[in-house]
Amino acid sequence: MFLLKKNLAAVIIVLITIISSSQPAFAKKVEEFVLSNGLKIIAMEEHKAPTVTFQVWYKVGSRNEATGKTGLSHLLEHLMFKGTTKYGKGEFSKIVAKNGGNENAFTSRDYTAYFEVFSSDRINLSLDLESDRMTNLLIDEKEFQLERNVVKEERRLRTEDEPTSLVVEELYAMAFKVHPYHSPVIGWMSDIDSITRNDLYSHYKKYYVPNNATIVVVGDFDTKTLIPKIKEHFEKLPKGEAPVKINIKEPEQLGERRTTLHKEAQLPFVFIGYHTPSIGNKDEFALEVISNILSAGKSSRLYQDIVYEKQLALYAGGDYGRIAADPSLFYFYGGLKPGKTTKELEDALYAEIEKLKTAPVTDRELQKSKNQVEASFIFAQDSIFYQAMQIGQIETIGIGYKYLDAYVDNIRRVTKDDIMRVAKTYFTEKNRTVGILIPVKQNGKGQ
Amino acid sequence: MKKLRILFTLIIILFLNISFLNTVTAEEAPKRVVLKNGIVLLLQERRSIPTVVFNIKIKAGSIYEPDELAGLANLTAGLLTEGTKTRSSKQISEEIDFVGGSISASANSDYAAASLSILKKDLNLGLDLLSDILMNPAFNEKEVERERSQTLASIINQKDEPGAIASKAFSKILYLKHPYSRPSEGLEDTLPKIKKEDLINFHRKYYRPNNIIMAVVGDIALDEAVSLIEKYFGKWEKAKVSLPKIPSPPKLTNKNVEIIDKDLTQATIHLGHVGISRKNPDFYTLIVMNYILGGGGFSSRLVEDIRDNQGLAYSVSSGFDAGLYEGPFKVTMQTKNENASKAISAILKHIEDIRISPVKDNEINDAKSYIVGSFPLRLDTNSKMAGLLSLIELYDLGLNYFTEYPKKINAVTREDILKAAKKYLDPKNYLLVVVAKQKEAGIAK
Repeated sequence: MFLLKKNLAAVIIVLITIISSSQPAFAKKVEEFVLSNGLKIIAMEEHKAPTVTFQVWYKVGSRNEATGKTGLSHLLEHLMFKGTTKYGKGEFSKIVAKNGGNENAFTSRDYTAYFEVFSSDRINLSLDLESDRMTNLLIDEKEFQLERNVVKEERRLRTEDEPTSLVVEELYAMAFKVHPYHSPVIGWMSDIDSITRNDLYSHYKKYYVPNNATIVVVGDFDTKTLIPKIKEHFEKLPKGEAPVKINIKEPEQLGERRTTLHKEAQLPFVFIGYHTPSIGNKDEFALEVISNILSAGKSSRLYQDIVYEKQLALYAGGDYGRIAADPSLFYFYGGLKPGKTTKELEDALYAEIEKLKTAPVTDRELQKSKNQVEASFIFAQDSIFYQAMQIGQIETIGIGYKYLDAYVDNIRRVTKDDIMRVAKTYFTEKNRTVGILIPVKQNGKGQ
Repeated sequence: MKKLRILFTLIIILFLNISFLNTVTAEEAPKRVVLKNGIVLLLQERRSIPTVVFNIKIKAGSIYEPDELAGLANLTAGLLTEGTKTRSSKQISEEIDFVGGSISASANSDYAAASLSILKKDLNLGLDLLSDILMNPAFNEKEVERERSQTLASIINQKDEPGAIASKAFSKILYLKHPYSRPSEGLEDTLPKIKKEDLINFHRKYYRPNNIIMAVVGDIALDEAVSLIEKYFGKWEKAKVSLPKIPSPPKLTNKNVEIIDKDLTQATIHLGHVGISRKNPDFYTLIVMNYILGGGGFSSRLVEDIRDNQGLAYSVSSGFDAGLYEGPFKVTMQTKNENASKAISAILKHIEDIRISPVKDNEINDAKSYIVGSFPLRLDTNSKMAGLLSLIELYDLGLNYFTEYPKKINAVTREDILKAAKKYLDPKNYLLVVVAKQKEAGIAK
């Protein structure tokens, strides 16, 4: 039971997109079914190994949370393992483990997803367990209190004692003034404290309805026999009221925003975000290629210039958080080496950005980037889980899995002019937010 | 590829409990061949996707470097991809990135490792690069300086990670003069002492074909692999390699507490002592015992008590790190400073309990059915399979491992567990390392 932190989520999302989206993924037959209660099922047979992954994706994440109640979706995800009318606390995980399966769940800004991976003959367990907790969750007051403490420990571990995470959190809070991407998925500490058992239960009742969920099943099964079984378990669940669509637009940013964070740390860290359109926009493919040219492999521009040649940073990169329900950020980051200043790193990053705007990328860079996308995709076919995850994400943010069919072709079409135009459009000073970690030494002790 | 490496790291972090079943029972058994110059080749043919993965292990880990040059093994491995006699660092990365492949090298305590992932159609290019970096590294001065400064910066950066701080202190105190006491990336005062000649000598001494394990998985048959490896590695000459003998690590004879005061909201707790080597025949019993104690995902005693029933921690786990020598047994967790002492008592109580009372029938049954049932999940991808094959050879476990493993797990009894718990767990003579804000944590010395 974990959440995708904003920065990690974005990195993962970008990478997973890179590695598993293109025509051949769906050279295999993908079938789509919608039950009478609105539950969508997407099934893809893949018989290379006797295993199946079964995933349930709910269209709810921190994007659906109100001020003062952030972290609700993630806390609910934890409670989903704490007992239903049919299975007691912890029984879910025990049953899965006893059957040699693995399971977990994750929450992001746009979705909450649950999954199991089983040997093919155990797939019925998923149908029973997941259909049960789609409607029969209990949320016991005592369990809620305990799990709230667990989540607070999770926040301490991932954020409070992790200076770079704090900078990322600050930056999103500053870049998004209006849109709920302002708040972290795990929630602000005081919000986690103020959430009640009833808040969670209403959230559950509102969003965990079949017509707000998608089942994605990938692996070694026979669609013709599996679908009737899924129907048998899930079609009897009552359709709920369709959750109200979130329609919040972040206004255009009209000037650079900067934030600094002083915290005990060894080395400074720089994080820079530019508002960019999300998936479905015509510029997304050029932005994706830019991300590759900047960061994919040791021959990429940021590694070569900043880490290798100038030796300013221990690590540096630029990633595009494109798989999101609403427009998010293209972000640059770097962790400094001792003796270097954040200004030097910022300047070096801006110089690389200027280069994208003023000089065309080389033919070889463009070709390399396209080759990397294609090769990564082939490597990713080793895993049924990634393929299911890819489908689940794209579906849940409202784009539809068919988008993936044309992905590699769309990347192939990106031109040098597209890259220059897109860099000029989005990577502007007034559109950027800058976050800087300034290390404070413990007890005034210097490095 | 940097990006892919980030991906794999993240996947490991985030999907710790995920893996996938595969066709191990259905597919042909892996093959083992010793080539003319001594390379041990292990091969698993898998034709489902047009890729090939190479996982290479070299008995050239940091246990073989002198104390005063700690970091030598890792620096040697790290520099393999940073230039050869005919290619610059940038040429290597440019060539491999252009075809969307990846090549990397690093070292830990027990071994150095190199890996190659590549599309089948680019295999010749991949092997040209792989053989070049292993056989002809240049150790160019400029690259040595750059890699050294990168490693030093990374050591400094780790001082912000409570888990890394605790782990390093734990090994240092527990292993004293044993090489497991040192982090494989080296130390701030030893790295500057490493000279170009040290790197060249270490490479010459240990990077020999007869000291190499090469596991290959993917779209390739044995005869094709053998002829390609002979083509690219055939000129690599055999030489006598004598691996230094390392004495067993010392055992603790009392309780040892180390508190590292830092301005944090949480206390990071590492508690344990010296464990076992991978060759220890009780390994399988301890796998089952540890699953019940704290290794079993969401179902262990430690998780059930400390996380589920007391709400003290997000993660708590125990494990034996069994290597060429006796690695540590360790329980790790984080909890807010104020709860540290309570959590430590709970950990000790569970270690004590499993030594006193036999585990319950349902506990051992559930543990065995998970460990055996999920075994194929550990071999699902080509790179996981290649990693496991090379370790099987390194630890001399034999290729019947795939059939023996479930049998050995299934044979474990409650009595075995009780006996092993008494023998290998020690709730009296242990090391406790806590990284915390001591003013709030108030750990008793």
